Amino acid sequence: MKITVAGEKKEVADGLTVSGLIELENVETPQYVTVSVNEEFVDSGAFESTVLKEGDEIEFLYFMGGGR
Amino acid sequence: MQITIKKSDFDRMYEHALSVRPEEACGLIAGRDDGVRAIEKVYILTNIDHTNEHFTIDPKEQLTAIKDMRANGLKPLGNWHSHPESPSRPSEEDKRLANDSSASYLILSLMEEGSPVLNAFHVESVEGEKVVRKEELTVI
Repeated sequence: MKITVAGEKKEVADGLTVSGLIELENVETPQYVTVSVNEEFVDSGAFESTVLKEGDEIEFLYFMGGGR
Repeated sequence: MQITIKKSDFDRMYEHALSVRPEEACGLIAGRDDGVRAIEKVYILTNIDHTNEHFTIDPKEQLTAIKDMRANGLKPLGNWHSHPESPSRPSEEDKRLANDSSASYLILSLMEEGSPVLNAFHVESVEGEKVVRKEELTVI
């Protein structure tokens, strides 16, 4: 199936989950990554159970924060 | 690493940081990277922590900004935040949460009234330790 990851179209296996995509994309420091699918944020606890569908648009957002 | 920021963008950051003080202000930077990094757009985003001790960029606004960068052919270059009461250098928490070694981290200190100080830093993990290097920032 075709999905769009960070603006790039990709062909991936049917049934791929958000966790699987994180592995496939070699996402650095995944513990600090927020994922959106079609502009809806996915709870990190649901990464393994969220199955991607044809045409989904996925973005990986790195947590950006700090303190004094 | 050399990095440039327009005076008008610096002024916008400073004015915003003053307007939300004592909270920390924050946002993203984007532009070109042809050896010298040129910041062409500064995004002023919401600090959802709303405190003077921490900042977390609103992820919804972050997503909108990333899409805007893509639509305008700009490269994400890093982020910026203010230190209302402390110097322009990464705190321990800043270092701990700086997880993108390709990013420039800009810190705007408001500690000296009327004399804002903006510095840029590169942070990377080396053998489990965060190593900070100051970048050569020029306001143009």
